[in-house]
Amino acid sequence: MRSLIRVNPIACEAYGYCAELLPELVTLDEWGYPVVDGSPVPPRLLELARRAAKECPRRAFVLERAADR
Amino acid sequence: MPTTTATTATDAPGSGAAERATLLGAWRARRNPDLPSHLAHHGAPPLPRPGDTSWPERFAATIEASGLTGRGGASFPSSVKLRLVGSARRNRTLVVNAMESEPASAKDKVLLSCVPHLVLDGAELAACALGAARIVVCVADDQSETFDRVVRAVAERSGTALAPVPIEVQRPPGRYVAGEESALVSWLNGGPGAPGWRPDKSQPLTIARSAALVHNAETLAHMALVARYGPTSFREAGAVDAPGTALVTVSGGVEHPGVYEVAMGTALGAIIERTRPNDEVVAVLTGGFGGSWVSGAALDTPYAPRPLAAAGGVVGPGVLVVLTRRSCAVAETARLARYMAGESAGQCGPCVFGLPAVADDLERLALGSAGPGALERLETRVAAVDGRGACRHPDGVARMVRSALSVFSVDVAAHAAGRPCAFGDEPSVFPPTMWARRAGSS
Repeated sequence: MRSLIRVNPIACEAYGYCAELLPELVTLDEWGYPVVDGSPVPPRLLELARRAAKECPRRAFVLERAADR
Repeated sequence: MPTTTATTATDAPGSGAAERATLLGAWRARRNPDLPSHLAHHGAPPLPRPGDTSWPERFAATIEASGLTGRGGASFPSSVKLRLVGSARRNRTLVVNAMESEPASAKDKVLLSCVPHLVLDGAELAACALGAARIVVCVADDQSETFDRVVRAVAERSGTALAPVPIEVQRPPGRYVAGEESALVSWLNGGPGAPGWRPDKSQPLTIARSAALVHNAETLAHMALVARYGPTSFREAGAVDAPGTALVTVSGGVEHPGVYEVAMGTALGAIIERTRPNDEVVAVLTGGFGGSWVSGAALDTPYAPRPLAAAGGVVGPGVLVVLTRRSCAVAETARLARYMAGESAGQCGPCVFGLPAVADDLERLALGSAGPGALERLETRVAAVDGRGACRHPDGVARMVRSALSVFSVDVAAHAAGRPCAFGDEPSVFPPTMWARRAGSS
């Protein structure tokens, strides 16, 4: 199983917590909305990614489990 | 917006049987949209007998053999779409998308004004194939004439054997994104009519817990022809990998704007020639406002999904806007971007903030007042909106702007260097009625 980050763009209101917790995987665009590249979350960052999902006030930051391709 | 009289194809793809089996053949022959005229031209649609359980699969196989692809934008094989939802055994709804969301398109209006019963035949056939309990025809609320025409056609059929599945007509808001299928379904569910976030697009849309299948009006009209005249007849026009005819709305710098029925694979230049360009063709906007510009040097490109894509274009919903030497390409692109920014559903940050920023940059560029580094900033912003919304609205803007920066690179460089062209104040090739549409719709 791999873990992927998805951002629900409708729910997201650019609080930016995810980019603070996980700068390795999340950058912000010039308007403050998170940009993720869609690659699997490396195991060493999984715990932080889970925390980012939990801390998102809009529940827009979603950690998704996907089968390996 | 092209008028109905100017919108019927003049030179038919053939004569006799081939002409009879075209979308607009009945209109050209009889100039009458009513049911008796429709039946006199085409005969009754081959609807299934009650209890014929193998009919849906036979119908899907016939559509598959024809090679018909969806004419709404995605060019998806129609038979696959019939079987996808058909395999989930639940009560279903067939949604006919006649929203004409593309401001430069007039094909839904032409179909439903000239040959409404061909679309409704297709809807009934597809609904029977899916086992759908209802058909919902969606016409935008700013298209009153089309709406009246459909209502009249539905009334003509109701209670007859031609309406085994009941048809209702709905009027969602006439906004650009309202025709996106998840937005349409949202509105039909009593929601705001805005696109939803669907990370997994293979999950069917639902209306009141029934699976909803959204088909473009033109696709359904083709189904009605394939069901009657067979897949071989359909394949007589077009290319092997892109069979059949297609409706193309041509506008811009041409003397005869309108909806033309052309064989797939016809050269872009041959289609445009029929509409009499008013000057040398510099470029063509293909696939609508979220489509892409194709250089006037590529007019020998066949109008079909694959070859057009190879030339940087897109068939999409069948829209061509011709730009001649009398226009400023950068200013026209800026107008498109500004319009698209205003048509955002307002849900996703990158679309809400990014599209106006892209339009700002393009407007400054058009005026020659962009300043150093402006082009790089525009490119960064285009990348920042691409793929960042719940629907593909921002992606379309990104595609359109990128194609402009590439096709008009010489013009863009001159504008960026503070030397705007002399045509910035010329009237737009996009008629004012397009921009006014939204204001008049609410």
